[in-house]
Amino acid sequence: MIYILCLILFCVGIYGVLGKRNLIKMIVGITIAEHAVLLFFILLGYRNNGRAPILSEEVLITQMVDPIPQALVLTAIVIGLGSTALLIALAMRLYGKYGTYDIAKIKELRG
Amino acid sequence: MNENAILIPLFVVVPLAGAFLIALLGRRFSFLPDLLGSLVTLVLLGLSLAAVRVVYFDSMLVYPLGGWKAPIGITLVMDGLTSFMLATTNVVAFSIAIYARDYMEGYTSKGMFYSLFLLMLAGMNGVIVAGDIFNLFVFLEIAAVSSYALVAFGTERHALEAAFKYAVMGTMGSLFILLGIVLLYGLTSTLNMADMSHMLSFKDDQNLILMVCVLFLMGFGLKSALVPFHAWLPDAHPSAPAPISAMLSGILIKSLGVYALVRIFFHVIGMTSTLSSILMFLGVLSMMVGVLLAIGQWDLKRLLAYHSISQVGYVVFAIGLGTPLGLMAGLFHLFNHSIFKSLLFLNSGAVEYATGTRDLKKMGGLQKKMPVTSGTCFVASLSIAGIPPFNGFWSKLIIIIAAVKAGHPIYAIWAVLASILTLASFMKVMKYAFLGELRNKWQEVKEVPVFMQGAMISLALICMLGGVLILSGVEDVFLKPAAMTLVEGFNYSGMVFRNQ
Repeated sequence: MIYILCLILFCVGIYGVLGKRNLIKMIVGITIAEHAVLLFFILLGYRNNGRAPILSEEVLITQMVDPIPQALVLTAIVIGLGSTALLIALAMRLYGKYGTYDIAKIKELRG
Repeated sequence: MNENAILIPLFVVVPLAGAFLIALLGRRFSFLPDLLGSLVTLVLLGLSLAAVRVVYFDSMLVYPLGGWKAPIGITLVMDGLTSFMLATTNVVAFSIAIYARDYMEGYTSKGMFYSLFLLMLAGMNGVIVAGDIFNLFVFLEIAAVSSYALVAFGTERHALEAAFKYAVMGTMGSLFILLGIVLLYGLTSTLNMADMSHMLSFKDDQNLILMVCVLFLMGFGLKSALVPFHAWLPDAHPSAPAPISAMLSGILIKSLGVYALVRIFFHVIGMTSTLSSILMFLGVLSMMVGVLLAIGQWDLKRLLAYHSISQVGYVVFAIGLGTPLGLMAGLFHLFNHSIFKSLLFLNSGAVEYATGTRDLKKMGGLQKKMPVTSGTCFVASLSIAGIPPFNGFWSKLIIIIAAVKAGHPIYAIWAVLASILTLASFMKVMKYAFLGELRNKWQEVKEVPVFMQGAMISLALICMLGGVLILSGVEDVFLKPAAMTLVEGFNYSGMVFRNQ
């Protein structure tokens, strides 16, 4: 069920990229799609009532959450931050040159 | 662990350190960016030649990062394909770094340029040596993000627009790749590529694997600009400064796109006949669409960018054939295309540097004023069109022979046709840009500075002598090991574990 929600979120993101004409909305769409993928990744490693996989002598670990997806998602979030920052910087410079965020008005490259 | 394996992390560490130092000290010491840029790429060139030699004797080296062994730790792997790609990348990167020394004088903040350039190089080398699928993704993003920034480096209207388009499509491509990696991790619970292919051989979940294949095809297809996913390339490559166009067209689309696709399909998922027919079809489609769109172009760099799509089509087609001869031909063409397409972009940059225009209709007769540029451009044009003594001829010939031998004569005919159209469009370039009467307004044009000439001449020499690589003795050193690692794809995981 919750996987389906991830899929819906991903589709919302894709719609934002493909369907919107505003540069900022496209960037928001990318961010949404990215977070859908990351959420899916976290959920893959999640167990109900699981605990953190820290080895200690008092507690016997029976149910634990897979830590690798969490580590990887942290990395992926940082990468996502970098590319989002770059996209926003580009959008700002584009606004400076064209005075608009509308993708339909920014089209000098054709053919 | 073999003691030569210490070579492998250097391919990432050296350019990363160079990028860091330039970013830190480049403003204070103005000579530093030029010096470090050339020095780092020279060191990498030396290292990659050493890598070719080492792989010739040892066939595979594995470097476990931090001493943690393969299924748990992160490994860097060097086999025939890796050393081949590293040599190709670093030969081109060195000549481009030399060329950029004078070309980039026209731009502000040269330090930033070299810093991003080396960062991109570190990402590409990292993709090539990575033995862990998530590390491959991280390095791919390092190279991709710095390439978005480099396309926008001129900060003119069209450069920004192209960079935005490229960045949006590139980020979506990376997302598909990440989703594919997530699904593979969910299936196998491992990230090491060797371990993953070992695990996948026990699984029997064809639907999920098919889904992963489609995601990777979309993601890496976007990165390598195969035809349904090519829309960003003809905007992004011409808008970048010429050395970066050469870098993007010459090696970025290959190491991020074709190499990563081939590595994952051959060594992790395993090639099937469906996959190979999809690759062949996409290859032939890119070949034809790219060249047909190229003929009508009047912007020199845009024309070259469309030819990149077409030539990557050849590479993917030949690799899709899957026969040993086809794989060797595809890799050989990959090497050749890196050399001559970088050279052509450097030529177009030289013309732009001297005359300030990229429009073929405004040029003419430049041969008299710019003999080196026109001579090297002539060599590169004949190479890409497949005229006998040059390297492009041999690889295209082997591709066509391999296609016929593998039982695809129709595709072979398309390949010949695309080659003839390529010749036609480069005749146009030569005729309008370099031959004919010199226009009055170009009377004052001078040949470009000596370092730019040197870079172009050295690439042209490789174009002329490239055919040597398929002679029977030389082939064993460079091309054979690369092709053999792909032919013996199923051995990959065993080899990695044995050699660590």
